[in-house]
Amino acid sequence: MNEKKQQVSRRQFLNYTLTGVGGFMAAGVLVPMLRFAVDPVLQPSSKGDFVNVGLAVEDITSEPQRIEWQVVQEDAWNKSEVTKVAWVFRNDDGEIIAHSPICKHLGCFVTWEGSEDYPNEYFCPCHDGRYYKDGTNVPNTPPMAPLDEYEQRIENGMLYLGDPKPRGEA
Amino acid sequence: MLQKVYDWIDERVDITPIWRDIADHEVPEHVNPAHHFSAFVYCFGGLTFFVLVIQILSGMFLTMYYVADIENAWRSVYYLQTEVAHGQIVRGMHHWGASVLIVMLLLHTMRVFFQGAYKKPRELNWMVGVLIFFIILGLGFTGYLLPWDNKAYFATQVGLDIAEQVPFIGEHLKTLLAGDPNIIGAATLARFFAIHVFFLPAALFALLAVHFILIRRQGIAGPL
Repeated sequence: MNEKKQQVSRRQFLNYTLTGVGGFMAAGVLVPMLRFAVDPVLQPSSKGDFVNVGLAVEDITSEPQRIEWQVVQEDAWNKSEVTKVAWVFRNDDGEIIAHSPICKHLGCFVTWEGSEDYPNEYFCPCHDGRYYKDGTNVPNTPPMAPLDEYEQRIENGMLYLGDPKPRGEA
Repeated sequence: MLQKVYDWIDERVDITPIWRDIADHEVPEHVNPAHHFSAFVYCFGGLTFFVLVIQILSGMFLTMYYVADIENAWRSVYYLQTEVAHGQIVRGMHHWGASVLIVMLLLHTMRVFFQGAYKKPRELNWMVGVLIFFIILGLGFTGYLLPWDNKAYFATQVGLDIAEQVPFIGEHLKTLLAGDPNIIGAATLARFFAIHVFFLPAALFALLAVHFILIRRQGIAGPL
């Protein structure tokens, strides 16, 4: 046989053909299933709308107050109302701050002046995590980052809150 | 690359003989459609297995979204079929595959029957095959209820009434299957799901292993 012509043997040809056809069939079966499985990963992340939380701007004091509001949550085939919580106050510069109550340590709920031992601070009961009024984590307590702050907007004198955003390292 | 990985494993655990036992065997002339086209009837067993593999895979993926609960079963099926990418295809494969599987199984059974391939020494394998047949019918019966729609509900009603006709133990059998003597409901759906995805597949895998080991040990029946 001519060395340069490198003929494909009958066995090689059958091997390639069968592998190709078999691979094509296997892919036809597996690709839809894999796409089906990874679907949640490929969903666009839902941007939360701003929601009227039922608090008039004039009622916001320098003392953090706990406010609750309901949002409709769509979880696959299940629609439900979930309660969201924020701690809202005016800081010394007169800006409105809305803190998320989720502790940056392990995700428990913090409370303003939640411990009698630590007045004027947020307190997390799970591992005694603490934050100053501006949300900065108290050094040498478990949290490693300041509390998240809700995006906010004011319309017709009412407070609207969006998604909580991390404030970055303090 | 692949060859290197294979060699690395083979050098340590010597898998080539195992692989040879599984994959490397002569196909006799009388079962090779290249020699006699009518030998395509010998493909039905393999096709049954092929469709079964599709059923196992698509079923595994469906359980990522399906919930066996009377409140959520129908809604989860509706959701996965209408909202999830390729949901209609994956559910379609499982739905139509179920029917194709039973068709292939029947053709395979008829081939073995009419060729007399079940005769000594292969009676044992025939019996194992009949058990596999019943298990696959059981899979079809239990799977039919899972979408929890009207057709599923009333088909199960009929099926359970048939089970009740069994002499002496009928009523107990029905209660055992449905989880309640009278209601087709929460307990029934949970049970059917458990039977459909755990009990019957486990039994099926064990019997399939026996079926394949026997056919390899005894060889395929000779020409007619």
